[in-house]
Amino acid sequence: MASYRENLKAFASGAWDSLPVIVAAVPFGILYGALAVAGGLSETLTMAMSLLVFAGSSQFIAVTLMTAAVAAPVIVFTVFIVNLRHMLYSATLMTQMQNYPQWVRLPLAFWLTDETFAVINNKLNQSPSDRYFVWYYFGSAVAMYSNWQLCTWVGFNMGQGIPDLGSWGLEVAMVVAFVGIVVTSLHRPSHWLCAGVAVVCAVVTRDWPHQTGLLVSGILAILAGLLVDWTMGEESENV
Amino acid sequence: MSNGWLIVAMMAVTFIPRYLPFALAGRIRLPALLVKALSYVPIAILTAIVTLNSVVRENQIQLDLDNHHLIAAVVAALVAYFSRRMGLTVVVGLFVFAALTWWPSVV
Repeated sequence: MASYRENLKAFASGAWDSLPVIVAAVPFGILYGALAVAGGLSETLTMAMSLLVFAGSSQFIAVTLMTAAVAAPVIVFTVFIVNLRHMLYSATLMTQMQNYPQWVRLPLAFWLTDETFAVINNKLNQSPSDRYFVWYYFGSAVAMYSNWQLCTWVGFNMGQGIPDLGSWGLEVAMVVAFVGIVVTSLHRPSHWLCAGVAVVCAVVTRDWPHQTGLLVSGILAILAGLLVDWTMGEESENV
Repeated sequence: MSNGWLIVAMMAVTFIPRYLPFALAGRIRLPALLVKALSYVPIAILTAIVTLNSVVRENQIQLDLDNHHLIAAVVAALVAYFSRRMGLTVVVGLFVFAALTWWPSVV
């Protein structure tokens, strides 16, 4: 009974900590639904994509490409490229997952997004061996997922009647949340260099298609961090 | 390809990269170098995402006071650095953004 209550508490806390990134996702979900209507997609297809694919930027690109009648294999390949960074997220969380059965890992993997990864990774930094981590993860994931379905539905059915949410700049909630997560995890010189390289590379590669710039910037920033570790050795880790 | 199959294919290519490392967790041991590299993933990718939503606006570099997302991000970074508190960082960041956007006569 006590553990049931602790699980629920962790679940609620995961959902609560995701609030800023959920707010930031609202205009994107609505815009996705509205774009699908404009592109002539059926409601079933639009909802199925949110329910089964559950990947914001991929869904946007998919709708755009489907509307333009691009060949299906090209759409599938583009979606694959756009989402490849999730493999890095998943690999980062491998140690935490090894003690859970596959049926737990399966839904958690399906629900892994930029937003949930940022929130749960922050939790791991604060309390690395949290017994209720998986419930916290579920809380964040289920909150993100429900919100995404609701926003897709609203966008599809009432998208035209809603003032242009995209111009409100609500993604600022995600920006400040991510800033908080990153800044509080900068402990060593290599971390700072990694962040600096990520900024510069993201700016330089901003025009690259299908978020390849994001992926390449991330990888170069990681290499920059590793380079500091190599040249400064263990010293830098104890700062 | 029918739309149904298109959705199934899209689901496969998004789900497999998300699940593969989870599926292998505990079965394979990653090399130490890779583990070290992965420890930089959050800083590297999240910083790039922040940059593409603050320094860069609509694919253009925008380094001026009209870029409220950038100002909010810088203020949030300072609050996070000195307070180490997430909640405070988000609240102050959002407040600064709202003040700049909806209360322009003040600044």
